[in-house]
Amino acid sequence: MFAQIEEYFRLEKMPHIWCPGCGHGIVLGAMARAIKQLGYDQDKTVVVSGIGCSARASGYLDFNTLHTTHGRALAFATGIKLADPELNIFVVMGDGDCTAIGGNHFIHAARRNIDLNAVVFNNNIYGMTGGQYSPTTPQNKRATTAPYRTIERNFDLAELAKSAGATFVGRGTAYHAKMLTDLIVNGAKNKGFSVVEAISQCPTSYGRRNKMGDPVDMIKWQKEQAVNIKAAGNMTQEQLGDKFLIGVLHQDEAPEYTETYQEIIDRAQGTVKK
Amino acid sequence: MSNTLLQLGPSEIKIKKHWCKACGICIALCPKDVLEADDKGKAVAVAPEKCTRCGMCEMHCPDFAISVEVER
Amino acid sequence: MTEVKDFGRLMQGNEACAEGALAAGTKFFAGYPITPSTEIAEILAEKLPQVGGKFIQMEDEIGGMAAVIGASLTGLKSITATSGPGFSLKQENLGFAVMAEVPCVVVNVQRGGPSTGVPTSPAQGDVMQARWGTHGDHPIIALTPVSVKETYELTIKAFNLSEKFRTPVILLMDEVIGHMRERVQLPKQGEFEVVERKKPQVGPEQYYPYRDDGTGVPPMASFGEGYRHHVTGLVHDETGFPSNKPEMVKKVLDRLHKKISDHLDEIIMAEETNLEDAEVMIFAYGSVARSAKKAVNILRKNGVKAGLFRPITIWPFPSTKLQEHFNRIKKVVVPEMNMGQLVGEVERAAAGKSIVTPLNRYDGELITPVEIVEKVQEVL
Repeated sequence: MFAQIEEYFRLEKMPHIWCPGCGHGIVLGAMARAIKQLGYDQDKTVVVSGIGCSARASGYLDFNTLHTTHGRALAFATGIKLADPELNIFVVMGDGDCTAIGGNHFIHAARRNIDLNAVVFNNNIYGMTGGQYSPTTPQNKRATTAPYRTIERNFDLAELAKSAGATFVGRGTAYHAKMLTDLIVNGAKNKGFSVVEAISQCPTSYGRRNKMGDPVDMIKWQKEQAVNIKAAGNMTQEQLGDKFLIGVLHQDEAPEYTETYQEIIDRAQGTVKK
Repeated sequence: MSNTLLQLGPSEIKIKKHWCKACGICIALCPKDVLEADDKGKAVAVAPEKCTRCGMCEMHCPDFAISVEVER
Repeated sequence: MTEVKDFGRLMQGNEACAEGALAAGTKFFAGYPITPSTEIAEILAEKLPQVGGKFIQMEDEIGGMAAVIGASLTGLKSITATSGPGFSLKQENLGFAVMAEVPCVVVNVQRGGPSTGVPTSPAQGDVMQARWGTHGDHPIIALTPVSVKETYELTIKAFNLSEKFRTPVILLMDEVIGHMRERVQLPKQGEFEVVERKKPQVGPEQYYPYRDDGTGVPPMASFGEGYRHHVTGLVHDETGFPSNKPEMVKKVLDRLHKKISDHLDEIIMAEETNLEDAEVMIFAYGSVARSAKKAVNILRKNGVKAGLFRPITIWPFPSTKLQEHFNRIKKVVVPEMNMGQLVGEVERAAAGKSIVTPLNRYDGELITPVEIVEKVQEVL
């Protein structure tokens, strides 16, 4: 029931600006339900966002919210988390925001394993600026800056996060909204850098230019193309073909950055060198 | 905020007409064909009695325009 | 117990900057190694944890500037330090701090530019970048020390101004000031003013994060204190939410500028020596002002009434203080370790009343007192 999560919204800012059928509202709902399930204190919850369609999410949520510069949300959030580790921080980014201009901050936040919850609204396009391709746009797709179709290979965002050191990596889709909520909950519970990639449909730019039909077709595409990692067993990428895995894709243990830094403070204050 | 409130025994289907952007997702995903599009494409609960409160509509509405309230 | 006389300490300029930051109560540094400023990071990496503060070396200077703003939003006094190339990278987020009115201190220990330039040589080539580096019409405060001791004092002053006016403040040093060592006797804690940012006087329900309380500077709540609010780089109204209504945009930008221009008396500082009877003024700042002081003494000994106007605040430019002298002093020499940057501002302030002559050196070497003396003699 929306009534359950209504308290987390700045209702005077609704309805939001996302296009009809855009998946971002679904992902935002999944995030709000996750925060409700986590039971976080609103005053101690922070949402940091970059620039782009997804980044407008911070304005709709009644937490401590920060709408930063393009690609830099994780760097701002690193400052907030290190300064006040008590805060629960969600970092909302688009695919370009996170892996193009923000790529350097993304891999380093993962390497540090700082306790931040990155939620990447991945619609494979720069929506706000009208439909340019991004680092996650698959090859051979159309975009306003790829009139002859994209030639670049795209990132596997989850693999990128895993190899850079993130200790929780999950992928879900707007269709699998319930799973998205669970992934965000489990990511938040992970004491370290958590990434949840949320495949979200962009009917206006990506869908239209790549003839993926209307929002219903696009969300059904997600249903058909996603393979739950539990069901996939050890299917090879060949067997997966153009399908993609969803669920908890990676999880392991590593010291959390701000906790380790607190040990430094204790050491520095305990045995201050004269 | 006009709410078309439809009383249905255990659950009520609330639709905020001015938040709904007529994307059709809830209509397509409802397993029991409870919802249909009005002349503007916006969702209407035409068969609320068939609602099983599965929440598919609410979870997949990008605009928080539909919710299924369950009586306490 | 015999009273131990305090002869002071031999201290490096960069060290004085780090110590000044600690004296001002900073609890957060984020930065990235770059000659000739790295010592500031190294010292704070060691000393901040000792006072319960936090240090982080970010992946680049952009991240350093972002992390500093993030930390400041939780209530911590935050600082970053860099040199030319890093200063260029920080500009976009510096502009964010101006727009979102987030207090922080940005130290730029200038080196030879442009580009990689001459990394271990002093220069003053980033002066205009300090003013106009980030895009759009934005106000800025920039201070420039002349000595190790003044670096300590101006770092504290930079924090005080940034906290008081909710703005980033730039501390413009150069490689000489940063790397030289001087014997300094530092004031003890309590012997100097430390300003804390103004907190809200109302409860969360009545709090507007950008409502002007009459001083032009909105009280500032911290993230996590119960004053949930929105912070953005988009032009925003008093609620903190984006607004692009023309009259609102103008109103916000006017307030951003007025909160600085209405308080020049607290912000503008300059050292004026031997100007009362001077017939020629030397306008010099930073390490060049050290040579200028010597030049004034040499000239005075040779019967030339020279005086020195040393701006400590270079942005906003101290034109009013300067103009007081131009009714009487008809000749000005402006030595700079660049191809002429502040000289343009001096000419604007002189408005034709005095002849302004630049003396430029941009080969990586300091301008010597003799060079200044010779130039002055040329213009007499």
